[in-house]
Amino acid sequence: MSVKISMKVNGKPVSAEVEARTLLVTFIREHLRLTGTHVGCDTAQCGACTVHMNGKAIKSCSIVAMQAEGAEILTIEGVAKADGTLHPMQQAFKENHGLQCGFCTPGMVMNALDFAKSHPNPSEKEVRESLEGNLCRCTGYHNIVKSIVAGARAMAASK
Amino acid sequence: MNAPLIGARIERKEDYRFLTGAGQYTDDISVPGQAYAAFVRSPHAHANIKSIRSDKAKASAGVLAVYTGADLAAAKVGGLTCGWLITDVNGQPMKEPAHPCLAQGKVRYVGDHVAVVVADTAEQARDAAEKVEVDYEALPAVVDPVKARAKGAPALHDIAPDNTCYVWSLGDKAKVDEAFAKAAHVTKLDFVNNRLIPNAIEPRAAIGVYNRADQAYTVYVANQNPHVERLLMTAFVLGLPEHKVRVVAPDVGGGFGSKIYLYAEDVVVTWAAKQLNRPVKWTSDRSEAFVSDAHGRDHVTTAELALDNDGKFLAMRVRTTANLGAYLSTFASCIPTILYATLLAGQYTTPLIHCEVTSVFTNTTPVDAYRGAGRPEATYVVERLVETAARELKIDPAEIRRRNFIRDFPYQTPVALQYDTGNYEATLDAVLKLGDVAGFQARKEQSLKNGKLRGIGYAAYIEACGIAPSAVAGSLGARAGLFEAGEVRVHPTGSVTVFTGSHSHGQGHETTFAQVVADRLGIPIENVDIVHGDTAKILFGMGTYGSRSIAVGGTAIVKAMDKIIAKGKKIAAHLLEASESDIEYDRGEFKVAGTDRKKMFGEIAFAAYVPHNYPHDKLEPGLNENAFYDPANFTFPAGTYVCEVEVDRDTGQVTIERFAAVDDFGKIINPMIVEGQVHGGLAQGIGQALTEGCRYDASGQLVTGSFMDYCLPRAGDVPSFKVDTRETPCTHNPLGVKGCGEAGAIGAPAAVMNAITDALGVKDLSMPATAQTVWRSLQQKAA
Repeated sequence: MSVKISMKVNGKPVSAEVEARTLLVTFIREHLRLTGTHVGCDTAQCGACTVHMNGKAIKSCSIVAMQAEGAEILTIEGVAKADGTLHPMQQAFKENHGLQCGFCTPGMVMNALDFAKSHPNPSEKEVRESLEGNLCRCTGYHNIVKSIVAGARAMAASK
Repeated sequence: MNAPLIGARIERKEDYRFLTGAGQYTDDISVPGQAYAAFVRSPHAHANIKSIRSDKAKASAGVLAVYTGADLAAAKVGGLTCGWLITDVNGQPMKEPAHPCLAQGKVRYVGDHVAVVVADTAEQARDAAEKVEVDYEALPAVVDPVKARAKGAPALHDIAPDNTCYVWSLGDKAKVDEAFAKAAHVTKLDFVNNRLIPNAIEPRAAIGVYNRADQAYTVYVANQNPHVERLLMTAFVLGLPEHKVRVVAPDVGGGFGSKIYLYAEDVVVTWAAKQLNRPVKWTSDRSEAFVSDAHGRDHVTTAELALDNDGKFLAMRVRTTANLGAYLSTFASCIPTILYATLLAGQYTTPLIHCEVTSVFTNTTPVDAYRGAGRPEATYVVERLVETAARELKIDPAEIRRRNFIRDFPYQTPVALQYDTGNYEATLDAVLKLGDVAGFQARKEQSLKNGKLRGIGYAAYIEACGIAPSAVAGSLGARAGLFEAGEVRVHPTGSVTVFTGSHSHGQGHETTFAQVVADRLGIPIENVDIVHGDTAKILFGMGTYGSRSIAVGGTAIVKAMDKIIAKGKKIAAHLLEASESDIEYDRGEFKVAGTDRKKMFGEIAFAAYVPHNYPHDKLEPGLNENAFYDPANFTFPAGTYVCEVEVDRDTGQVTIERFAAVDDFGKIINPMIVEGQVHGGLAQGIGQALTEGCRYDASGQLVTGSFMDYCLPRAGDVPSFKVDTRETPCTHNPLGVKGCGEAGAIGAPAAVMNAITDALGVKDLSMPATAQTVWRSLQQKAA
């Protein structure tokens, strides 16, 4: 069974006819070819597929695309400025070496952006707790934690 | 531009694309017309295949083909081969059972590949895979490596009726036994080095593409060594001409060893692409990864250390049974032997060591190198023994190490390696300060007041990196060379593209290698790009594993740069009308010694490509050089870690309160990247010690088959780390570098377990030290 869906992704209206079982992450990756959103597991544990739906971080592997009907979706491709300048959170990851292979990174950044909205000056403990749903195998989290603390402060400062 | 780049914290060149979603991992690549493969995998650990019916699957929507082992056999597709021959103690070669790409009548582990379905879409392939009907006759299975050797254990392979691949030994047994008989003190421990599942966050993926017009293949694959993948696939499995196969390993999302190997899926999609004349793509899901990526570790060991009354080590005796899983993976045989027993001297002058390793087949996923590969297992043996001996002899654990440190270099160990250099006292002294060991007693008392137990543990590791001198490796059974290749291409305007046979899957070569090149050539780092991961672009390469990239791959690039500079001097001599021997090269300038006459690097590059005024009688135009480098020796990074834990008596929960690591990696190119490598290694080592353990039930079902059952450390499971380095440059490569990729995973497990056993006041405790394991230990002690 196929369904017609339409939503806004990174500010642009998109619509498509997809199989009803199509996951949001599959729609983003395979139909829109926005491959920055990754799939690292099949049990909603790793967080590599994290995107924002209506401003909140969600795991795009855990809902079907039609559940996002009419929603505003933000993926990692929509985070930097149009001229290519990195968002302060992205910049913080770069400055603090908060990524290695880069595979978990988009999910980490998307999760951190949502977290930072309510935590302008987070403690290390708060950041570690906020990462409960995001797995990284490369960094040992040390520099991801540093990055998010710095990124959140930079976001607060630029307001 | 003339600030030194070696040793600078340069932000990474690769980060922009990863931070903006512009990375190109294998699954991100979409080849026009691609079809999708789904594998049918065995649900049984051990079974005969009585029949396979694929008619319903073939009739399913969108299905292009269903292939089974019979199809591969008819097409004469070979099996997967092992790249390292180990010779048994009786002089016979190891047993090498056939490792078919699709099962030939029998399956030997849960997840073994039985058939493949190719369809227009990934969903159609998966739907149809469920319709392939396989009639299995289940057989008894064995998963425990010790039980696999017992009489009457189910045999996996006809050629190894006792499930034994080889029994191998190193060292002088008679002398070791004699030393033990006379020793004042013997410390003995039984260990299980727990089986781990690598779990790079990017699942494996492969796309096979065949082009009928030129009968050539392109394989995109998440892999750490594309040339090795190509060599194995063409020469040993598919019998294809090597020049007709291009292997591209694009951005790769972590490897940790698990992406070194040639896997059946890579072969099958490549072969199927030609059969169907369509690109065929396969992406593993996580559940498949758990059963099909090669696992790591899984040793059962009895180890003894003989000492005199002063705590001087006299001899070490180690017996290990290593689990190889159901088949020999690409480098499986050398991990529990060559990369394990040779490290048992550690940092110490132990004069006599004997190690015997029995490697066995079981009905489990194949086991191969995982971050550290043999060296974490060796360090665990040595450092658990040393710490336990110190406690038994009531000698301070730092002091007992000092009494036994190697201080004279080069040092020939009794287990085949020759350490070129090291300074173990320096890293020990530094870590005592960094970890504030002096303050431990006060912190312990405070913990006790809070009702908690507190313990401290050390690990002083050594590793052999920069793998490897090919002649040495060859004499030990390697079926490949282990050199590296590099090419430096200077463009007419003076910018530089460097091609390396090393592969980056998180290590940051695009930055580190560019620092080396920009520093040595004296040009801006923005003018240097590093290219890796494509057999069509790079002349050759052995890839990245064993912390070899900078020591071997980096040196190949240095050698190629030296050729560039030598040629540049000839061109400069001509242009400056000077003698070649008077030309000096200094940070981007070719100068006539003692004068102000000079030519910039860019001017020389331009002259080489626009050779109007050029010594054509002596020199070819152009400025492009390559080099192959075969290392003179291994490199020997070493370091000391101190871990401090707190244990909740009521729950058994362990918290790492402090972790200090001081490593000696020789010369460091980018400290920021090195620290990141150490952090990641430590987290994996702490994962092994505290949370990660692969479990099979007795029938061979993988019980820990998802992130909900297999506890990959999360941010809350690991502490912030205190890391520092000391530099004792490697003596036999021009950069003085040793490698840093695996250290954390090598040293951390012993440090953590030494700390927990100290807190609990027990001798033995198995990894992972989960709350339940620790709680049980506390109850046992109380009883």
